Amino acid sequence: MSDVAVTINGQEIVANKGELVIDAAERHGVYIPRFCYHPRMKPVGMCRMCLVEIDTGRGPALQPSCMIECTPEMKVDTQSPVTKKAQDGVLEFLLINHPLDCPVCDKGGECPLQDQTLTYGPGESRFVEEKRHHEKPIPISDLVLLDRERCILCDRCTRFASEVAGDPLISFLHRGNETEVNTFPDDPFASYFSGNTVQICPVGALTALPYRFKARPWDLEATESTCQGCSVGCRIAIQESRNEVLRYLGVDADPVNWGWLCDKGRFGFEAVGAGNRLRDPLVRRGDQFSVVRWSDALHATATAITAALGSTGPSGIAVIGGARLTNEDAYAWSKLAKGLIGTDNVDCQLGDGLPASAVLGLPKATIDELCAPGATVILLGPDIKEELPVLFLRLKHAVQNDGVKVIEVSSMPTGFTKYASVSIRHRAAEANEAVRALLDGIPAGKDGGGADARVLDAARALVTSGAPLTVLLGRTSLSEQPDAVVDAAAALVDRVPGVKFLSGLRRANVHGALDMGLAPGLLPGRTTLAAAGGWFGRVWPQVPTQTGLDTTGILQAAAAGHVDVLILLGADPLADFPDRTLAEQGLAGARTVIALDTFLNESAQQADVVLAAAGFGECEGTTTNIEGRVSVLNQKVTPPGSARTDWIIAAELARILGSDLQLESVDDIRDEIEELSAAHRGLTVDVLAKMAYGDGVVVPLPSEPAPGADGDGDADGVGSEASDEAGDEASDEAGEPETVGADLERPGPAPIELERTDALEAPPIDAYSYRLVTGRRLYDQGTLVSQAGHLAGLAPGTVLRINPYDFDRLGVAEGTTLPLRSPRGLVEIEVHTDREVPRGTAVMFFNQPGADAARLIDATARVTEVRLETGGPS
Amino acid sequence: MARLTTENVGVAKEIISRYPRPKSALIPLLHLSQEQDGYVTEEGMQHIAELVGVTPAEVLGTCSFYEMFKLEPVGRYVVNICNNVSCMLCGSDELIHHAEQRLGIKVGNTTPDGTFTLESVECIAACTEAPALQVNYRFFNKVSTDGFDGLIDDLAAGRLDDDVPAHGTLARVRQHIPDDRRAGSIPPEGQTEPAWMHLNEPPASADGGEPS
Ligand code: SF4
Ligand code: SF4
Ligand code: FES
Repeated sequence: MSDVAVTINGQEIVANKGELVIDAAERHGVYIPRFCYHPRMKPVGMCRMCLVEIDTGRGPALQPSCMIECTPEMKVDTQSPVTKKAQDGVLEFLLINHPLDCPVCDKGGECPLQDQTLTYGPGESRFVEEKRHHEKPIPISDLVLLDRERCILCDRCTRFASEVAGDPLISFLHRGNETEVNTFPDDPFASYFSGNTVQICPVGALTALPYRFKARPWDLEATESTCQGCSVGCRIAIQESRNEVLRYLGVDADPVNWGWLCDKGRFGFEAVGAGNRLRDPLVRRGDQFSVVRWSDALHATATAITAALGSTGPSGIAVIGGARLTNEDAYAWSKLAKGLIGTDNVDCQLGDGLPASAVLGLPKATIDELCAPGATVILLGPDIKEELPVLFLRLKHAVQNDGVKVIEVSSMPTGFTKYASVSIRHRAAEANEAVRALLDGIPAGKDGGGADARVLDAARALVTSGAPLTVLLGRTSLSEQPDAVVDAAAALVDRVPGVKFLSGLRRANVHGALDMGLAPGLLPGRTTLAAAGGWFGRVWPQVPTQTGLDTTGILQAAAAGHVDVLILLGADPLADFPDRTLAEQGLAGARTVIALDTFLNESAQQADVVLAAAGFGECEGTTTNIEGRVSVLNQKVTPPGSARTDWIIAAELARILGSDLQLESVDDIRDEIEELSAAHRGLTVDVLAKMAYGDGVVVPLPSEPAPGADGDGDADGVGSEASDEAGDEASDEAGEPETVGADLERPGPAPIELERTDALEAPPIDAYSYRLVTGRRLYDQGTLVSQAGHLAGLAPGTVLRINPYDFDRLGVAEGTTLPLRSPRGLVEIEVHTDREVPRGTAVMFFNQPGADAARLIDATARVTEVRLETGGPS
Repeated sequence: MARLTTENVGVAKEIISRYPRPKSALIPLLHLSQEQDGYVTEEGMQHIAELVGVTPAEVLGTCSFYEMFKLEPVGRYVVNICNNVSCMLCGSDELIHHAEQRLGIKVGNTTPDGTFTLESVECIAACTEAPALQVNYRFFNKVSTDGFDGLIDDLAAGRLDDDVPAHGTLARVRQHIPDDRRAGSIPPEGQTEPAWMHLNEPPASADGGEPS
């Protein structure tokens, strides 16, 4: 990287090769005004506000500093009379048609046009004619309004839409004085990322419906935090006035979100202060809930737990959930459940993710590694546009600008298909066959999961090209078990040296919850009961010895009457567990159900005790994203009513149970995590205090040896089901941790081994059945969406998509509504063709209004099979 | 009617195949759509968007930039009278006034029978022939008020059908590039020099050396 010496305002500075003048100047403390230039988008030179005098040896000339790269011996003058005159002129022209309705403009007070007019403008205008008039404002989507009079035609929103989001649904229309930004008639700017245009519009032309006329910017107080809309962990500013959260803005975290947010994250703020938040604890009396005092609710909970311990013992108690919690809350609950109550029937996932060992037992990659220039990426997980939207933006950017090549392995077309170099379409539940065929060619007697041989060849060429390979690994479909994906991951890690994995689990802090041990067999710090039980036993009252049940196992046990107390830790299995039938049976079969939640969701309505929890923005803590990046969540508002933070509920419960978690503050918890967790070593209270504003850090911190799957792959795994043979696992586990016990040595990193499944054969399928593939959409009927006023109602519903070849045999018209039956249930659904869906596969979406996939899915089947009923011979 | 007809889809595909990127065919396709319907309809733009793989908003963005694409129905004959300096000095103000009287409409409007649309336009590059006008972009020079009346009579009676096709038709004979003369869809970044340069390659020279 050669440096370039340039002179700015008489001062010598060193710019990077290729750096734009506007950036180099800013880096050296000289701010050049601008409207159209945005550091995360390509420059266009639309607005001319950044004109400065630049001399490249041919004498000074006015040039747009956002379009000019620094060259050796360039002289830049940002304060010369000529520059000043240009700035005056540009602003006078920009204001010719601008309505100057600042008093009623949302942007007033934080408006670059206002501010730069004050700093650089002429102060008066010679324009006395009539200004341009437009209808004020027009909706361009369900969330964004456009006031064309205010638009200065900077091209930021339109460039964002096409360059960044890939949804060029807004465009400049007409010409000259008539130019305006608009959509095609009746074709709204329905982008998942539309809110970003509101944030980057340098004037008040684009406003967001949820924030419009709610506040003046100078009345807002802000703090930084991390979005909990999904697990990407975009950095945001929470802005509040009078104890009400009024908006989120994207903060540019270079390793994560680059300032962008998806609309679900951005407008999810409306759920924080929603009117029907749980304010106080509730206890069931017959069919009704009564509001009770906290001590009554906690005593009722403790009584149920004590009774369960007395009758069934710890295994009669189970905890589902934890991804809503902060890391500190999750640690407190892990300590309460595992260390104090002694149960290992704890799972922060809802049967819709991957086995913990597939998340923690593989070499981990960061987002930057996934998007590294020239890298190859395998997408083996959900549709990232729907589930991890800003990760979609990052990877799309990498493909379009940095030569990243993507191989998509999927049974359905996704939002990434058009950016992928290769899309391998395989039959549902046969991702492993496709990936093995990708690596080795299609073995004799098999067909590579139905994937096209030429496509596999193209993918193999990419994988063997020598470029670094990263796999985004997640749950491809909710209606099949994750075994095929885990087996595919095992094949990749065995066969491709240096391959790394980025988790594709989607729920907010699920990675933090896993790191805190909220999964069967795990303890905080990415270690197992077997490996670190002794170490934790030093501080915790006890540590379970037997690996417990995962959520599916817990619900099955509950349905069979083996669960006395089921604690829902911010989980709504009725809505989120893929198999509704099993979730219903489980909730009905558990003797006592305790729900800690922010809303009285469907599952909480079945509970016996409901404990009102503080939510996002209402408590301090840290969170962990898909990369394992820990960042700080700051509190901005107070929780509603008497709602309490989850860790305080855990500590109080422990006290009533006659014990003590010995955790009295968030800092106490941070100290204990730092002390006990191998993954969080060095993440002290002091370090975290310095991270209150900032990008966060990936744990384990670099100075520590990374725990990871460097073990020698013990192939006869125990399957993805929770093993009840924990003893075996203990002896299988290489005794990595240094002696723990009496001395104060910490345990070393205890590698988690990927739990492998035996060679899998998907069950054969008859000619009239389809394997069901169930994906998610960004907007569904989940709590965050349905409680955020302006997002509620955006869930699009679902149809069933099948291959035209299969469709033709049905003998019905496109769009006909037919009964769709699985062994679990029956729904009515509109059927459409999609040639991207492989034969024998049927695709629908989860948790949507109308046809409910959860009524069909059998969580115990390797893959749910469905049939369409055409009502007799046709 | 408003989407491209099957026949025109065939023409559209041939046009698209002339360009390295389908999007480059936008303008000729908009002309095709306008030729079919007399103006560019929303459905036409949606259809074009599908054909070249962009969004309808992008098609509208391009289409609305150009005055010659009409987004609303216009008359069979669009009469553009130049109002710029040369024509104005030679009487175009009077001509426009006369045209309004004769056609019974103000500039910018269409006669109720849908035959004529009257427009007053900027320079049409016929200053030597002022005052000039165009009917469906065919020039008529040095037009007097009487001449204008005669022209309107002739158009209305169909006497000029051979010279002036209905609005939207650029040329009666469609340009057709034989396969072997086409540049083909070679992406520009794959090109080192214009594709046609290879078509008439001279025989390899004997010395074959680089000029020094
Ligand atoms: S709406 Fe805003 S962002 Fe878009 S072009 Fe106009 S001023 Fe720029
Ligand atoms: S991608 Fe996820 S973390 Fe980022 S804004 Fe959207 S919901 Fe929030
Ligand atoms: S900021 Fe450079 S032209 Fe707009």
